[in-house]
Amino acid sequence: MTEEAEAGCARPTGGPVGDSTETQPTEPVPEKKEKNAMIMVGQKAPDFVAPGYQQGKFINIRLSDFLGKWVVLCFYPGDFTFV
Amino acid sequence: MSIDSMFVHKMWDDDELSKMVKNGVPFPMLSDAGGKVGSIYGVFDDNAGVETRGRFLIDPDGVIQGYEVLTPPVGRNVEETLRQIQAFQLVRETKGGEATPSGWRPGKKTLKPGIDLVGKVWKEWDTSMAFDK
Repeated sequence: MTEEAEAGCARPTGGPVGDSTETQPTEPVPEKKEKNAMIMVGQKAPDFVAPGYQQGKFINIRLSDFLGKWVVLCFYPGDFTFV
Repeated sequence: MSIDSMFVHKMWDDDELSKMVKNGVPFPMLSDAGGKVGSIYGVFDDNAGVETRGRFLIDPDGVIQGYEVLTPPVGRNVEETLRQIQAFQLVRETKGGEATPSGWRPGKKTLKPGIDLVGKVWKEWDTSMAFDK
């Protein structure tokens, strides 16, 4: 059966249903430390390349191309997420 | 930047944002498939598979001067973002000679950190200056 879903500000996501087929690790999974290379104020912003859209064109952006300018980099949960 | 593709960005701009902003969003709308960039910046929510509302101020040397991260239901304050950029620009122009106290806006008093100011901030600044009204 299909349930009607409420549209909230968190972008809706799904996932596999039922018991996970993953085998239970006997030991606690170590925290992925290296993943949080921790953003710090006063430190360099990690460079990246990303595809995007701007004013009728598809583009590729490299953060380091904006050296010499102030940059506001914003992340958000998804297009059409209301706020 | 979000995990949406550039195609969805185009549709959002065409169908909705261009009705709020004349001629559509002027700045680049970036696509972060899989949240790879968001993960590096610490704003990607692994469980939900989406980015949270993170905002980073990056100076002309590529250094992060400030950031703010909110959960999805609360929007950001653009005025505050602009105020922070103006403050960081002033500090940069004065090469750190001036600092902007709490509540500073362009035109309001700055402080000049130094030995003469130690213990004397109360003479230069009062708590009412932390507020706009």
